[in-house]
Amino acid sequence: MKKFVEGSHAIAELVAKCRPQVISAYPITPQTHIVEGLAKLVADGKLNAEFINVESEHSAASVVLGGSAAGARTYTATSSQGLLLMAEVIFNIAGMRLPVVLTCANRSVSAPINIWNDHQDSMTVRDSGWIHFYAENIQEAIDLHVIAYKVAEDKRVSLPVLIGIDGYVLTHAFEVVDMPDQDVIDKYLPAFSPVAHLDVDNPLSLGLLGGPDVYIETRYAIEKTMIDALPIIEEASKEYSGLLGRNAGGLVEAYRTEDADTVAIAIGSIVGTIKDVVDDLRAEGKKVGVVKLVTYRPFPKDALIKALGSAKNVLVIEKAVSLGADSPVYADVRSALYGKGNANVEGYVIGLGGRDIPASEIKNIFLNAGKGAENEYVGLNIELLEG
Amino acid sequence: MYPLKILVSSPGTSLDNKTGSWRSEQKPKFLQKDCIACNMCFIVCPEGCISGEGKNTYIADYDYCKGCGLCVEVCPKNDIVMVEEGEQI
Repeated sequence: MKKFVEGSHAIAELVAKCRPQVISAYPITPQTHIVEGLAKLVADGKLNAEFINVESEHSAASVVLGGSAAGARTYTATSSQGLLLMAEVIFNIAGMRLPVVLTCANRSVSAPINIWNDHQDSMTVRDSGWIHFYAENIQEAIDLHVIAYKVAEDKRVSLPVLIGIDGYVLTHAFEVVDMPDQDVIDKYLPAFSPVAHLDVDNPLSLGLLGGPDVYIETRYAIEKTMIDALPIIEEASKEYSGLLGRNAGGLVEAYRTEDADTVAIAIGSIVGTIKDVVDDLRAEGKKVGVVKLVTYRPFPKDALIKALGSAKNVLVIEKAVSLGADSPVYADVRSALYGKGNANVEGYVIGLGGRDIPASEIKNIFLNAGKGAENEYVGLNIELLEG
Repeated sequence: MYPLKILVSSPGTSLDNKTGSWRSEQKPKFLQKDCIACNMCFIVCPEGCISGEGKNTYIADYDYCKGCGLCVEVCPKNDIVMVEEGEQI
């Protein structure tokens, strides 16, 4: 059913349709509306789940860890400092192979304190063993949550999934979305059947000591599972797309890249702006396109290389940094393309802390392609940096 | 790939990890002369590695004992003493 709805409320409604059994979260801007929406659904008796109020994000993550270990479908959401406070538990959830689904309403990190959007928060847990999806718009955000449960709980995967949703840009925006009916979700998502779970009648322990004799194998297993998950994500996306009658999820989305000599790569809502710029430049006869990374971990190397085709210039435009080194997506793309053709790969950092990203700046990046920008910060106000 | 053998443990399997090698300089020696089987050493042992049935039968399992000395402290008959790690018992 099509409806006009705020991003956070759309996610809350959709998550409720996935029938989570344990929900725990701590309010933090700009994520708050999501769990507020879920809390209301539980309080109104419309969702049969345990909604557990906690005193911090560390506890919220611990509750969903425990819930998932006990065999329940779980959900939490957070942003920025909240995700940083969860970090210890985030690694535990992945290490214990618990298919928790978490929405990260992407926000910058302190200091200085800043509640606006960029991707620095979720990038801090990029290497934690969680699958990472990023949404371009609200429709994609809700689609990815359904696919997230399917992939996470697939016994071949059994890993948690983080869905990055740009704070404000998506969480607080209103959009017409196609909200799937309950029976579509029920058909797609069977009840959660864990690989192993805590059960008083059949006692076992999860998350115990793993010494030098076994630890590296746990990391190899996640690494291998991540790579194996690439076709599983595609398969899950295809199945869901079939039920919806339109495309949903996937690894990457290529937009007007056929015959393109200059292709941008980005994640999240900025892709919408880039698509508009691509349309404008195409109208002027420029051969440009954009590739969106829907799945960021596991990194869809082969799908990305295929989507880039024979592009001569590859422009990574991202809202995250790795201070003292190349930014995360830029480094990933460079690594993926190393030794595969001679594309000129450029990196641009843009829009940190919610700085507006006007189409004109994206257009300039396309028009200046080929000059070899390496991790260039776009739109800096140099006056602010003087003395 | 899910490493079930590493991630999931059945009850009692922590005994597979023989942690006695973590013990430092000393270990308890049970003299088995004046023991009254009060069971205090058994109760106080943080590793649960002391066993015995009746007077002068108590021993520590050195596969797990950390040498903390609590049994020596608690023994009302001074029938347990700390000895150097290398001493044969």
